[in-house]
Amino acid sequence: MRNPFRSEAEAYRFLLMTVGAFTLIVAGAFVNRWLGVAVWLVVSAAAVQFYFRQRAEPPPRAHVEHVGPEDERRILVIANETLGGDELQALIRERAEGVREQVLVVCPALNSPVRHWASDEDAARAGAQARLDDCLAALAAAGVEARGETGDADPLQAIEDALRTFGADEIVISTHPEGHSHWLERGVVSHARERFDAPITHLVIDAEPEG
Amino acid sequence: MSAHVEAAEQHHGPPVANQSSRVSPTVLGMFLFIASEAMLFGSFFTAYFFVRVVSPTAESWPPEPFHLPVFVAGVNTAILLTSSFTMHWALQSIKRGNRAGMKAGLVLTFAMGLVFLLTQMIEYAHVGFNTGDHAFAGVFFGLTGLHGAHVFVGLTLLGMATVRAFRGHFTAEHHHGVELPGIYWHFVDIMWIVVYATIYLL
Repeated sequence: MRNPFRSEAEAYRFLLMTVGAFTLIVAGAFVNRWLGVAVWLVVSAAAVQFYFRQRAEPPPRAHVEHVGPEDERRILVIANETLGGDELQALIRERAEGVREQVLVVCPALNSPVRHWASDEDAARAGAQARLDDCLAALAAAGVEARGETGDADPLQAIEDALRTFGADEIVISTHPEGHSHWLERGVVSHARERFDAPITHLVIDAEPEG
Repeated sequence: MSAHVEAAEQHHGPPVANQSSRVSPTVLGMFLFIASEAMLFGSFFTAYFFVRVVSPTAESWPPEPFHLPVFVAGVNTAILLTSSFTMHWALQSIKRGNRAGMKAGLVLTFAMGLVFLLTQMIEYAHVGFNTGDHAFAGVFFGLTGLHGAHVFVGLTLLGMATVRAFRGHFTAEHHHGVELPGIYWHFVDIMWIVVYATIYLL
């Protein structure tokens, strides 16, 4: 939905539309009271349709620059239920081989919409932290030094947050296969490619989703 | 990200707070404001329509012996709508670096808002009924008075913006202090269109 009071110009346009709408409503009501009600209903529906169908402008494409020494490779990994997958750990080990690696693993604290709006995030964060701890332990056992953090429930927002402090050379997004992945259904990978100009690797892990 | 790095290099003081939420605070704040105002005015409109629907003389509205000064209120409405135009002009002026236009726009907007409020007070004095005379009278004063309170708040914001404008504040790049009262002023005008059309015309 587009906010009609986003700026003074938008609010002024909304005012002019209101004047036009109420001119029609009053004119209709002078002819017949029920015609006025009908005009009000039609105009209200049109206004709702107009403002709710307008999508907010997408955020500008973010340029991701290499940060740190030249021979250092920074890898940002975004995953949730697939964090424990062997394929993901193998990919991180492969990417980290032969270079000075910096790996940041971000696990978005996925939550239900009701709990999100009620700010009830503790359980979601605890679950994400537990998966993250297991993954970091497995990576450490394989000789890969990585650090991790729980991120925003929105994976794109979690990536953006992480990039603010971690200029990644590559972003790895790990998901379940098509049909099992909510992230793929929401187009997280394609949206990430539109939003961030760093190389993005999409890793599909065919593991049983958590219930 | 280069934009953040550049911003960090030019920025003095503590780093810009990292924001991690699906809804930005400004948008959420504006939605909460609109929702609270909609509920506030909505409760008064509910009372108004309830009184109107249950009135035994609903065919002739307002009920006898009440008469509303429709023409005077119409002129007042025109004044308020014109003030929105001058407000828009003020902001467009400063966006183009025209300080004189901004000052003139703000002064005219403030003056017209003041005229609206004074006219409404004079209307109250001459309308011929008081809050306790009938449920209709109570709702009439409640709704128009609630709007009048909003106009007063808007005038206060406009007054501060006008004083700042004459003190040399605001530039083509930095004019939030004009933009925000402008948004509020248009909101007040929109609410008046609804109040005027509902109470005086329909």
